[in-house]
Amino acid sequence: MVGILEDKDRIFTNIYGLQDWGLDGAKRRGCWNATRDMLAQTPEWICDQVKASGLRGRGGAGFSTGLKWTFMPKQESERPHYLVVNADESEPGTCKDREILRNDPHLLIEGCLIASYAIRAHTCYIYIRGEYVHERERLEAAIKQAYEAKLIGKGNIHGWDFDLFVTHGGGAYICGDETALMESLEGKKGQPRLKPPFPAGAGIYGCPTTINNVESIANVGTILRRGASWFAGFGRPNNTGTKLMAISGHVNAPCVVEETMSIPLRQLIEDHCGGVRGGWGNLKAIIPGGSSVRMIPAHEAETALMDFDSLSALKSGLGTAAVIVMDQSTDIVRAVARLSYFYKHESCGQCTPCREGTGWMWRVMERMATGEAEMREIDMLLEVASQVEGHTICGLGDAAAWPIQGLFRHFRHEVEERITNYRTGKPHVQGASLQAAE
Amino acid sequence: MSVRRLASQQPANFAFSPDSLKAVKTWIAKFPDGRQQSAVIPLLWVVQKQEGWVSEPALRVVAETLNMPVIRVFEVATFYTMFMLEPVGSHALVQVCGTTPCMLRGANDLKALCQRKFGDREHLSADGKVYWQEVECLGACSNAPMVAINDYYYEDLTPESFETILDAFIAGKPPAPGSAIGRVASSPLGGATTLLDPTLYDGSAAKPIKLLPNAEPKAKPKAKKEPSE
Repeated sequence: MVGILEDKDRIFTNIYGLQDWGLDGAKRRGCWNATRDMLAQTPEWICDQVKASGLRGRGGAGFSTGLKWTFMPKQESERPHYLVVNADESEPGTCKDREILRNDPHLLIEGCLIASYAIRAHTCYIYIRGEYVHERERLEAAIKQAYEAKLIGKGNIHGWDFDLFVTHGGGAYICGDETALMESLEGKKGQPRLKPPFPAGAGIYGCPTTINNVESIANVGTILRRGASWFAGFGRPNNTGTKLMAISGHVNAPCVVEETMSIPLRQLIEDHCGGVRGGWGNLKAIIPGGSSVRMIPAHEAETALMDFDSLSALKSGLGTAAVIVMDQSTDIVRAVARLSYFYKHESCGQCTPCREGTGWMWRVMERMATGEAEMREIDMLLEVASQVEGHTICGLGDAAAWPIQGLFRHFRHEVEERITNYRTGKPHVQGASLQAAE
Repeated sequence: MSVRRLASQQPANFAFSPDSLKAVKTWIAKFPDGRQQSAVIPLLWVVQKQEGWVSEPALRVVAETLNMPVIRVFEVATFYTMFMLEPVGSHALVQVCGTTPCMLRGANDLKALCQRKFGDREHLSADGKVYWQEVECLGACSNAPMVAINDYYYEDLTPESFETILDAFIAGKPPAPGSAIGRVASSPLGGATTLLDPTLYDGSAAKPIKLLPNAEPKAKPKAKKEPSE
């Protein structure tokens, strides 16, 4: 056996698509089993169970899913309730929801029904990123099966009228932010809204709305089937459950795998991914939670656990558990400069600090990557990054600042060395590498 | 932000084909009455599937179909980078993912190959068959480096395998999407090391459950679906 989690405790039993993704296959793997009994309980019971399981949102922020559901109004008014599933998976490094959408779609559909009942919604939209064309086709086919089997729809066998629709985006990272997603779903530019009002009060079309990540929702059916304490039995307190982890970068065998929370990062990489390319000693740094969290250097990765608390103690974060591994051959400044370009490209342009700051930070990072910068610009860059962080409506400004802060926290000496080498190694020709500056 | 403008050369008009019209109807029906604007992104995508790109007359037709101001459709088309605002290659629209996880595994070599084969990015190749661009993370990072060609993902590429795929597209014989090294989805190289327990798949998980964990032995009557009287 590799890793910690045993096969019998896996929720996603078809992430590699080796089995039938369709309704029959899903039922054989336990999906749609006892769903009717779950809906025979009260919505409060479902929320309580999910709360007790300790399930924290799998989209990155890690907010308690069960608690989020209780924010919805207890009674339906003339404004209908909505569930929206965030399948706009665009965080660099993250490719876990994709496997659910294309290989285990019925777990998601079942979860949508249960969650909608728990928040008293009769309509659910799944907002999938536009580039996932194959995944969308697969999901729509699965939904069609569920309608035909009367598992969902009006007058379905579960007794809770429920419509499920798939819609899609147009290739904007920002639409992964829940308020930007709502704007996009309403047919507008994906520019985040100010909170309050929170979505549970006024979400899409001004109606009470709950927005959850694909993985959070797809977990729910199995949690209720096997019990909250089963799920809570994995990982450390406050960091419970199992989690899909996606490993990319310089490992021998990159993959997506379901593991228990709090698995040691080193064990995750060595057991499931064949280790770091060239051995653990060849490791330079790891971004453990998708591009938006700060990187951790090799010596900290040695002892880090894959959970919210351990990684935030290292000033990083679990995020989406998308592990990006970088070995000693990596030009780490260049790698972060590329992330800065990503954030510059994906800024929606609504808040000035982000719109101007992401472009500025990218241009400076490009010069840092070649060494063609001034020493004093390092502190200036960090100052600007801290001015962008926390001064924008959504988290994209923070996400743009954190990779840069992480780089200088651990590898400032490398940038300084590069600047020095650039100055001494060859004559300074102004504009030699200004291709970055637009 | 990315600055995007409509092409300088525009066709005189646009009309949905009968197939597209069917898709348009399906999309509009997904949203509540009076909220048909929600369908604008899917409709622009229908336009792009029909024409290969989104032209200015098409924006007007979409605006009319959804009964919304043209400028709002214009905003959406220029905000979302998936919409191609100029004609693309007749055989392949090649989108190379260049973000860090793909870059770490060699996306720069793929970009260099495209540059060598087709010339500058965001331009039609000399023969008009290919249009290539660098895009941001496409969400298949465990299968890096990867490209999307005409909507579908080609993964685990090397410059050599990528060139073979491109040549097949140019010859008009698109190969099947997926991993170029035979990996199944995102399983580790050499085959899955988890999910091997046969009892997961023998139907034992589908056996009826007598009582859900923590449930009251006699379930309470279900809440009524109508708003409370």
